[in-house]
Amino acid sequence: MIIKQVSVFLENKSGRLNEVTQILGDSGINISAFTIADTSDFGILRLIVSNPDKACEILKQNRFSVKTTDVVLAKTSNQPGSLSKLLKILSEGGSFIEYMYAFSMEQDSATIVIRPASIQKCVEILQNHKNDFLFHEGDFLL
Amino acid sequence: MIWNEKIECASRDEMAAIQSERLITTVKRIYHNIPSYRAKMQEKGILPGDIKSVENLKDLPFTNKTDLRDNYPFGMFTVPMSEIVRLHASSGTTGKPTVVGYTRNDLQMWAEVVTRSLCMAGIHKNDIVQVAYGYGLFTGGLGLHYGTENLGATVIPISGGNTKKQIQLMQDFGSTAIACTPSYALYLAEAMQEIGVDPESLKLRVGIFGAEPWSENMRKEIEAKLKIKAIDIYGLSEIVGPGVSCECVHQKGMHVNEDHFIPEIIDPETLQPVDPGVIGELVFSTITKEGIPIIRYRTRDLTRLIYDTCKCGRTLVRMEKCMGRSDDMLIIRGVNVFPSQIESVLLEMSETEPHYLLIVEREGTLDILKLMVEVQEQFFSDEIKELEALRKKIRNNIQSTLGISVDVKLVEPKTIERTAGKAKRVIDNRKI
Ligand SMILES: [Zn+2]
Repeated sequence: MIIKQVSVFLENKSGRLNEVTQILGDSGINISAFTIADTSDFGILRLIVSNPDKACEILKQNRFSVKTTDVVLAKTSNQPGSLSKLLKILSEGGSFIEYMYAFSMEQDSATIVIRPASIQKCVEILQNHKNDFLFHEGDFLL
Repeated sequence: MIWNEKIECASRDEMAAIQSERLITTVKRIYHNIPSYRAKMQEKGILPGDIKSVENLKDLPFTNKTDLRDNYPFGMFTVPMSEIVRLHASSGTTGKPTVVGYTRNDLQMWAEVVTRSLCMAGIHKNDIVQVAYGYGLFTGGLGLHYGTENLGATVIPISGGNTKKQIQLMQDFGSTAIACTPSYALYLAEAMQEIGVDPESLKLRVGIFGAEPWSENMRKEIEAKLKIKAIDIYGLSEIVGPGVSCECVHQKGMHVNEDHFIPEIIDPETLQPVDPGVIGELVFSTITKEGIPIIRYRTRDLTRLIYDTCKCGRTLVRMEKCMGRSDDMLIIRGVNVFPSQIESVLLEMSETEPHYLLIVEREGTLDILKLMVEVQEQFFSDEIKELEALRKKIRNNIQSTLGISVDVKLVEPKTIERTAGKAKRVIDNRKI
């Protein structure tokens, strides 16, 4: 399943992350997952939220640099070795991953957010392993 | 249409001959009438007889804005007041204004150069020109006014302000051209949008904009919003007012009316002329003015000169859009750096106006140049490696254009302080 991830440019300064989360909270937007990629000077905050378009708009109004990026959601079982299995099929299928992160909302499974070099290729590979990894519309409850 | 083809398309040799003859006359006139400039010439050991051609221009002393102030109000006039038929003045940000006086011939010459400018912009006698520059002591309004009349076009002398009326007259009178500041043009566009007037429904097709610096991006914005061609006109009251130079329809630099005003480009630090095509400070000498002729006036505007013949057929030298002020120049490790050069590097990399701040520090004996660039949407990528690549690209482009290394720091939008009007671009923390 492909969804929109919200990315925000942040300087490495205290209080910045809090400001973003507060703005989103005040607008009734729920954050399901986030990750921060950083360098010594700046970082990129990546968010999976309940309403990415609205989040984007509100953050823009508050003059943050924001953009949405398509990412692929995959599901793995909550068991040792399952992530490795996912990575193996992606790698064997020739899907290059820019970055990825994971979150879990259910006991027996974990959700993996993947930003592949090619969305199409990644989705195709997952389609071929439908039962193991493909995320279905109904699986995602924000 | 070319208004004065004989002059505007003259060969470089013909132009040099005209300039030489007129320069010689003007230098004599100033030497014998203005004690302060005579003293400067004597100090350099130059007599009027030493000036034999335009080649000798570079030997003459400069005139600064302070010279005009020191001689306030009429000390630099070279004719008795009975010959002066009009006065204009520019408001000084500090202290006294700068006063200029025109003889009857001066006004005729001014009308001629404005008429040439209007023709360069593609305006002809069937046009209806709405002059929305202020009328009064400021040279903008009356300068454009008499040039338009001289051309034989119709002038609407509405002056500045009163935006609703401006738009109404555009609709009712069918104005085909407007003359005003570029910022007012944008304001007009917004006002039209607000009251629901579609620019497409107007006959407006060209705008003559000047009196303040404006970027290529601003041009694009004006052209898109008002659906017109936006032409840059340059002038300063010390030289004559608007009409010193103006773009033609090709918009590739402003043709200088150099049979009246000789342009030079100097290095603002060494004060020596630079090689053709190099950026530096623009200096003007008026060679036909009677009221207040001025030799080598330092405009502080930064630009470069292009001597090639233009596509329009004119040979008049062109000056590029002004790229800032020499007052803002920084000397870093012996290199002249103009904030505007940094700005052009950034502009080349994006669609919209960049926000940046230059910080100069001295660490030990070494000058360090830091550049903060706001990561506006056009720069923002979701990936660290892209942003790192952007930072590197800015660094490399500046290094190759300016020959100076710079630490680039990417910052969030809104980080760099905005001040009303002019943005602060440079902080010099060096204690020298
Ligand atoms: Zn031209």
